[in-house]
Amino acid sequence: MSELIRKNASELVELLGKGEISSVELTQAHLDRSMAVDHDVHSYLHQDASTALSAAADIDRRRAAGEKLHLLAGLPIAVKDNLTTTDAPTTSGSKILEGWVPPYDATVVKRIRAAGLPILGKTNLDEFAMGSSTEFSAFGPSRNPWDLTRIPGGSGGGSSSVVASFQAPVAIGSDTGGSIRFPASVTGTVGNKPTYGAVSRYGLIALASSLDQVGPVSRNVLDSALIQDLIAGHDPHDSTSLPESLGSMADAARKLDVKGMRIGVIKELMGEGFQPGVMNRFKESVNLLQQAGAEIVEVSCPNFEYAIAAYYLILPAEASSNLAKFDSVRFGLRVAPEGNPTIERVMAATREAGFGPEVKRRIILGTYALSSGSYEHFYGAALKVRTLIQRDFAAAFEKADVLISPTAPTTAFKIGEKLEDPLAMYLNDIATIPANLAGIPGMSVPNGLADEDGLPVGIQLLAPAREDARLYQVGAALEKMHEDIWGKRMIDFAPELEVRG
Amino acid sequence: MSEITPDLVRHLAGLSRILVTDEEVERFTEQLSLIVDSVAKVNEALEGLDVPATSHPIPMANVYRDDVVEPSLTQAEALSGAPDSGDGRFRVAAILDEE
Repeated sequence: MSELIRKNASELVELLGKGEISSVELTQAHLDRSMAVDHDVHSYLHQDASTALSAAADIDRRRAAGEKLHLLAGLPIAVKDNLTTTDAPTTSGSKILEGWVPPYDATVVKRIRAAGLPILGKTNLDEFAMGSSTEFSAFGPSRNPWDLTRIPGGSGGGSSSVVASFQAPVAIGSDTGGSIRFPASVTGTVGNKPTYGAVSRYGLIALASSLDQVGPVSRNVLDSALIQDLIAGHDPHDSTSLPESLGSMADAARKLDVKGMRIGVIKELMGEGFQPGVMNRFKESVNLLQQAGAEIVEVSCPNFEYAIAAYYLILPAEASSNLAKFDSVRFGLRVAPEGNPTIERVMAATREAGFGPEVKRRIILGTYALSSGSYEHFYGAALKVRTLIQRDFAAAFEKADVLISPTAPTTAFKIGEKLEDPLAMYLNDIATIPANLAGIPGMSVPNGLADEDGLPVGIQLLAPAREDARLYQVGAALEKMHEDIWGKRMIDFAPELEVRG
Repeated sequence: MSEITPDLVRHLAGLSRILVTDEEVERFTEQLSLIVDSVAKVNEALEGLDVPATSHPIPMANVYRDDVVEPSLTQAEALSGAPDSGDGRFRVAAILDEE
């Protein structure tokens, strides 16, 4: 494998800036890597070498001509396949959108193109981002580069596995209940869900509009910061987009200092249900942060107990409404039943054929939660619990600047293990869901390997809304402490993948 | 126990415009019963409390932008993903049943 593709993005952009490597060379090295390993890992749903290389060549030409370029110009990137791209199909992992080429670019994609980052391809996900493993992708699961028999997390398992297998230095994900952070946790990578509204959702195929947020995925905290700085910012096309800037995440990631910071350990997100190896690594990191001068406090968030229940009412309710647009009329699949069917029968046949089991389950559940007679008891109650969870966070942030917990209760499970047990699958997101319900930012940082299975473990950092910079500051400081102890990066523990010629 | 029955699943699937097979009805009835029993737990959190609802995590009101005409999709672009179109329009099956 080319040593180039193992480097952090922050180093690569320096080499590009100095002209020591070209974007074409760097892009080609990643495309070669995909040829060698993606047959097994299956991170990508779509790749087009010529488009990526021509974007890279354009940047090289402009750099040679002395043009002033964006800091990240020439750095290749992978994009989750629920963000629209005019030069590549956008399926959101669903048969109902197979082959659809959107007529517009998502705002995030526009920003990526404008800064001159070649797009390597579109990454796999659970259908419409509904899942924790990519097993619900209509196009087959992605696999965990640490152990190909295990899941890479979901829904963004394509984006986590693509950076963990060195097929891309950085990637874009989206997080509705943990779809950036859970995959990061189980693949030894970094992922951040920014404050709700920090990054535009225009062109993100909506799952649950009050929960969805786009964010960065990488092997290193500073690299995620560089990507968040690129994609964040106000967008008039998204009415929930925050008008104000949240500052430079890269500056925060370079501070490497936690002295005097109050870090809160969430009492309810540890112990029972959490794998011993996950808890051991978590406690070690708490000690490291304390030794580095942070003040550790315990906080209690009693209503987190109800977060999964509230989430699995709010999400299906919003999804059932958002997915009504897949009606066989304006885009995607159309399946016509025999005879002279009416449009309603065409819609029903199309949605039967085009949606997978988890999507159908959640649409039906959401329709139930919103129906008269159950609205108050289910959807209405869930919205009130959302208030209680926000209050829990507000109280906790009185005592702490940043909260921490394990990102997930377990390491990566085996493909197939939880496929027929939706409730077991939903429990993976027990620690990540509260942040989406409250709109606050959450990051997963690599936190070592579990003793019992040698698989990656993540630590989650949470901050108040708009305080994303605190996550980058603490995350990068903790990462540095880990790397000093390990003598290498977390990703350097990952086994070599078998390479195909 | 939840009230999820096979007939209710069929009814909800109909409202959702999703055809379902008998096998799916059986499986979804079982799975949705478990899920609905589990999510009904939200009501325990609210016992004895009077709590307002939160539908949106970051409150924002009256979000406007300047009323400026910008380029938008052409008719051909808007129709480009349609399964069927003609005369510059989306073409669909009959809206009304014969009776």
